[in-house]
Amino acid sequence: MLAKRIIPCLDVDNGRVVKGVRFVDIRDAGDPVEIARRYDAEGADELAFLDITASHEDRETMVHVVEQVAGEVFIPLTVGGGIRTLDDIRRMLNAGADKVSINTAAVFDPEFVKAAAERFGSQCIVVAIDAKQVAADPPRWEIFTHGGRKPTGLEAIAWAKRMVDYGAGEILLTSMDRDGTRVGFDLGLTRAISDAVSVPVIASGGVGALRHLAEGVREGRADAVLAASIFHFAEHTVREAKEFMAAQGIEVRL
Amino acid sequence: MVVTSDGDEILDADRVVFPGVGAIRDCMRALKRLRLEPVVRTAATHKPFLGICLGMQALLQESEENGGTACLGLIPGRVRRFQEPLLDPRGQPLKVPHMGWNRVHPQRDHPLWEGIATDRWFYFVHSYYAVADEPRWVAATTDYPGAFTSALASGNIFAVQFHPEKSQADGLRLLANFLHWNPEGGHTRQATVLGSDQ
Repeated sequence: MLAKRIIPCLDVDNGRVVKGVRFVDIRDAGDPVEIARRYDAEGADELAFLDITASHEDRETMVHVVEQVAGEVFIPLTVGGGIRTLDDIRRMLNAGADKVSINTAAVFDPEFVKAAAERFGSQCIVVAIDAKQVAADPPRWEIFTHGGRKPTGLEAIAWAKRMVDYGAGEILLTSMDRDGTRVGFDLGLTRAISDAVSVPVIASGGVGALRHLAEGVREGRADAVLAASIFHFAEHTVREAKEFMAAQGIEVRL
Repeated sequence: MVVTSDGDEILDADRVVFPGVGAIRDCMRALKRLRLEPVVRTAATHKPFLGICLGMQALLQESEENGGTACLGLIPGRVRRFQEPLLDPRGQPLKVPHMGWNRVHPQRDHPLWEGIATDRWFYFVHSYYAVADEPRWVAATTDYPGAFTSALASGNIFAVQFHPEKSQADGLRLLANFLHWNPEGGHTRQATVLGSDQ
């Protein structure tokens, strides 16, 4: 049967891998090609690259990073951060990305997701959703932009469904409450979105231990789990994560 | 190896890869617009020919996608959509597209399986799958949750629903096997990938 995927995420700033904790206090973690090669050897199912480069001029650096990685690593690559036009998507796909993730641009112009899916196919359009809990009972999550600072008032479940209607082939769901905290995924949010949409959901934000990955799949019903810091600083290898999940009865590719 | 949408270049090639992602109607329209339909037919009947994903589905007679789309008809059969709700053995709904790594179970010996253990993992991303009329075409199956055809083979055609180019060592091995495959014992030099700039 289809394996649950483990996706290491590399935050890339001007050609270097960094990890932001709640998007501040950025620590340098190394060369993206070298790190991608290591994750591939450890059995990563896919790789996600998030370009957090601030200036538009430096974004060309990311195209070269993708080209280099795609030339050496033969697993699917998703690239996000600053994807705003069909031309941005075309350049990333031509550089060797298999999917692009669209975040802020989808919020400001939902029709962009529709146009992107029609032009390139839903299989390569991932919509990234950054959500924060705004009410506890009943729980309600809303979409935030700008690293969790700007509220949009959009309710997360309805937004996810709308993005799938518009052609998103996958949802990359990040809890902005949990991102960088290492206390585990927001399982309520993950499950609510996963149950609401027909396409795969990647859970993100909050992984600090291997059991969090297993919880994301079993309780959050995620199809894939994304993590950054637990892999970057060699606390755990991807293989250890997979062995842990397999021991929990979760089907993984080993 | 060259990537081309030029008919002469394809007909000159020793072997042809027909990869694809996207929707079948756009694919068939593009083949018509570029006048490549007869070229692909000739290539698929005369040269080692590898169809990947949409490039596999396009070889059948008809697809359910886009409200019913006529395809190349090189393999008798049709292309169906995964029917929701699909449930896993625990009763949880399965997602469509079928996206990620799944096991490929070869159904018979073939030079393209050489060096690849049975039941290995390959990367898939698709919502439709091929159903050949004749079981003899089926080279491999995969479970989601029931068995569907993940590879077809006959004569000089080999076609896979998964993406060998994204399936790490086993995928690269399959591509290498294709480059060395001589279905009729012919001499071969160069491969052509059918495609165009996005």
